Amino acid sequence: MIHTTIGSAGHLLVIIAFVSALVATFAYFKAGMANTPIDDLSAWKRFARASYVVHTAAVLGVVFSLYWIIGNHYFEYHYAWKNSSLSLPTGYTISSFWQDQEGSFLLWIFWNVVLGSVLIFTNRSWEAPVMTIFALVQAFLTSMILGVVIPGLDLKIGSTPFLLLKEVMPDIPVFKMDPNFIAKDGNGLNPLLQNYWMVIHPPTLFLGFASTLIPFSFAIAGLWTRKIQEWIRPALPWALFSALILGVGVLMGAYWAYETLNFGSYWNWDPVENSSFVPWLVLVAAIHTMIIARKNATALKTSFILTITTFILVLYSTFMTRSGVLGNASVHSFTDLGLSGQLLIYLLTFVIVAIGLLIYRWKSLPSDDEEVSTYSQEFWIFIGATLLCLSAFQIIATTSIPVYNKIAESFGTVLNMALPADQVAHYNKFQLWFFSLIIVLTGIGQYFWWKKTGKGKLQTLYNPLLIALLISAAVITYQGVKDIQYIVLLTTSIFAVVANGNILLNIIRGNYNLSGGAVTHIGVALMLIGVLFSSAYTKVVSINNSGLMISRSEEFTNNDNKENKENITLWLNKPEKMGDYGLTWRDVRIEPRHIPGYIPKSWVDIIENDYHAVALRDIVVNDKKYNSKGDTIEIFPENFYYEIEYREPSGRVFNLFPRVQINPKMGGIVSSPDINRKLDKDLYTYVSMVTNPTAEPVWSQTENFTVSMSDTFFVNDYVAVLDNVVRTDSVEGVSLGAGDAAVKAIIRVLDNEHEFVITPSFVIRDRMVARKPEVNNDLGLRIQFQEINPQTGQFSFAVNTTQRDFIVMKATEKPLINILWLGTFVLVIGFVLATIRRFKDFIKMRDKENAALNKGKIKQSPQTV
Amino acid sequence: MKKIQIFGLVIVAVAIGIIVSTAGDASTYVDFSKAQEMASNGDDESIHVVGKLKKNAAGQILEMDYQPQVDPNYFSFTLIDNNNVAQKVVYKSTKPQDFDKSEQVVVIGKMQNGTFAAEKILMKCPSKYENGKLETTEATASKS
Repeated sequence: MIHTTIGSAGHLLVIIAFVSALVATFAYFKAGMANTPIDDLSAWKRFARASYVVHTAAVLGVVFSLYWIIGNHYFEYHYAWKNSSLSLPTGYTISSFWQDQEGSFLLWIFWNVVLGSVLIFTNRSWEAPVMTIFALVQAFLTSMILGVVIPGLDLKIGSTPFLLLKEVMPDIPVFKMDPNFIAKDGNGLNPLLQNYWMVIHPPTLFLGFASTLIPFSFAIAGLWTRKIQEWIRPALPWALFSALILGVGVLMGAYWAYETLNFGSYWNWDPVENSSFVPWLVLVAAIHTMIIARKNATALKTSFILTITTFILVLYSTFMTRSGVLGNASVHSFTDLGLSGQLLIYLLTFVIVAIGLLIYRWKSLPSDDEEVSTYSQEFWIFIGATLLCLSAFQIIATTSIPVYNKIAESFGTVLNMALPADQVAHYNKFQLWFFSLIIVLTGIGQYFWWKKTGKGKLQTLYNPLLIALLISAAVITYQGVKDIQYIVLLTTSIFAVVANGNILLNIIRGNYNLSGGAVTHIGVALMLIGVLFSSAYTKVVSINNSGLMISRSEEFTNNDNKENKENITLWLNKPEKMGDYGLTWRDVRIEPRHIPGYIPKSWVDIIENDYHAVALRDIVVNDKKYNSKGDTIEIFPENFYYEIEYREPSGRVFNLFPRVQINPKMGGIVSSPDINRKLDKDLYTYVSMVTNPTAEPVWSQTENFTVSMSDTFFVNDYVAVLDNVVRTDSVEGVSLGAGDAAVKAIIRVLDNEHEFVITPSFVIRDRMVARKPEVNNDLGLRIQFQEINPQTGQFSFAVNTTQRDFIVMKATEKPLINILWLGTFVLVIGFVLATIRRFKDFIKMRDKENAALNKGKIKQSPQTV
Repeated sequence: MKKIQIFGLVIVAVAIGIIVSTAGDASTYVDFSKAQEMASNGDDESIHVVGKLKKNAAGQILEMDYQPQVDPNYFSFTLIDNNNVAQKVVYKSTKPQDFDKSEQVVVIGKMQNGTFAAEKILMKCPSKYENGKLETTEATASKS
């Protein structure tokens, strides 16, 4: 049965959400206008609030409907069919929700609704103007998932997630035969996204995106209602909150990339990564100018510009990732849903409204009477903010190259510009210097801020400088840092840690609430140090130095190609030397659902196109028996883990399990690394190619050998010796009765270092001959015992060979990466402290104002009577 | 001159520097003939070439060579650019996953001794579920 009700309800609710957002925009606009009669104000406000409540309810209903469809596996719906499957564990059905564009818009809409509600309850005095902006944004966002076609115009507005499969693909043959066809199972979630980070990274990032709307709305509201100074206080805590969440979201994405993607790095300068990082940089710059905006008019003006820019950059980033303009420039942009026009209107509306309003009010903004002193805190904070903006500008200028092509195209010229061939080098060339300067300024800025230094007492800076130089010198010598740019970055970062640390020690004794800035700066400095070592000093361990496998001598001699021998081939159970390690690929394992760890694939028989497997033996893990032979167990059918044994020079042995995911419906192989974490470095290993673990081996033509006892023969280039033929009482898979007889041959096969024994059996059962072959995967051999010739005393064997199983893998060492992760924690703590402090300030001020207002009312009331 | 004006001038100068340098670092989309021409003129800038894989009538990819058991870091194939010029491309890394399925391939690199040495390969794979829509994947011969 096709469940049409839930889809129709969802679609209807989207329309209600869209209309109520428009109504709320208008009503809040009326309530915020100065020329609305006082008597009507509260009526407009009540009406606006009611519309917003309707909007909120409708949005929650839409979210519920879509989740209901996915959670109940209604595969008649395209969205559920495309993004989820029966075998998907519950946690990941949640990520199916936002795997596609419509769902991710919905996630964004959801966060806006939550944030809007919080604002209504916490900030009554700013409600009307701020919520006008909010509701307008909501109208634009809900229009993206509207999915309404305007008849006659052939104009499609938005793309709805509530389409049935047959509405999306009416032409596929199955619907001609059976219009009520419902797919049995969905396509499943992209295996890369089946990761816990993918359950929390997108919601965090979208909360970050959504929350940039708050400072923007306050800035616009401040311009609109001429509260030129006052908007800063309520906006600042939200700006900090937004920077915290957006930063955490970006970092989660980086960590996910490090752990799951095989790029081998946490940051790839991918356009999509950049376009979420750039707004964050500008937002951080905005926070700094907002802090000094009450004292300095230039900073106030800049705060307006930067807060507005942050939000516009978020819109621009949305446009870039979702309009298809990035095309082949990025790995993870969405495909074009035909929304580019709509997205462009959304972007341009806010650009024009915001910039127009700012220009209109520019004259009424205050300006400074006297020039700012070089010895003032404002000066240094201002320089820091400027550098952050320049850094952001450089990133966006390059990331936008595909956009320049599109613009040129619309003017009829062909630009043919492409992103730099070596993007990492291009960005690092600038960013390394920008961040060296920025990180120095965090230290100097804090000294000026806390009045530790100033005109005539610059010598206070000497101590941290001296300590930093000493520590840096030690680190540089110990770690062998040679390149000048890395020496600069390291020294400046250490200076920042020392200077901010000194400030922190001083203020923490007084009031730890105020330590947010210093803590955050220390976090950033630590992150830079971690990035420096783990990126610039990554060491490839899997350099193929055996010299055995390289056949192309010209390349072998060419020293430049060192980097091209970074992958090595491993054969099953055949040890290889790699750097300091001895390396052996031991086994392929699978991941059972209710059993810890991974179990060998040979223990079970995987049922095709299902998420179950039949145990071929008792399943015992860590001395605990989980299942008996013959049981059906649940597994993750796409995940295969390659057990790789590392033997250290000290003799210590550890195993890594890099993962390969095979999803035939998605097509292809996806590999993820496994990481051996040590305090001072990570050993990062991933498999880039495998022989398909699910495919049946293809056997060569049978070759027959007839040999006598102790004869030597050659199979698949190996030396084989028939050692003996013995009587046996048990043959696996065959039950022997009385009068049956069985013998097995003992054949020794000699590899370079190893000896294998293969024992095919020959059974006479009920006077019938049964031949039980034996397969050896290490050698890619199958031997069957064919015949016994009592006259000659000779034995015949049939031998088939196949491609031996191999994997291609790469391993790198990332030194001191833990300093990066430590830095991120410190950064987060710093932001949390700063956010709490500014929220407290805001609440104190708000309550004071409210108290004053109430007092005023009480005083007024007797007079009016 | 006021400090703020000097400051503004410095920022404008840096911004211009960034734009100029971006334009300088930006690569271009060319075809193989142009790539050859650039190489013979001694221009060793890395460029982008868009093309399709050489296939026979049955859709099998021709002239593709990857033998990990011999050398996992050598992958070569023939790419036909939009002007129908066929060119051997060598990619000194592992064969990218999903390569066989790709409809369109972008190679980034330069001509060296008659072959195109690719540093990075971008692939557009036909998405099975959305007709006419392409997904992009990327592979890089990393240089760490």
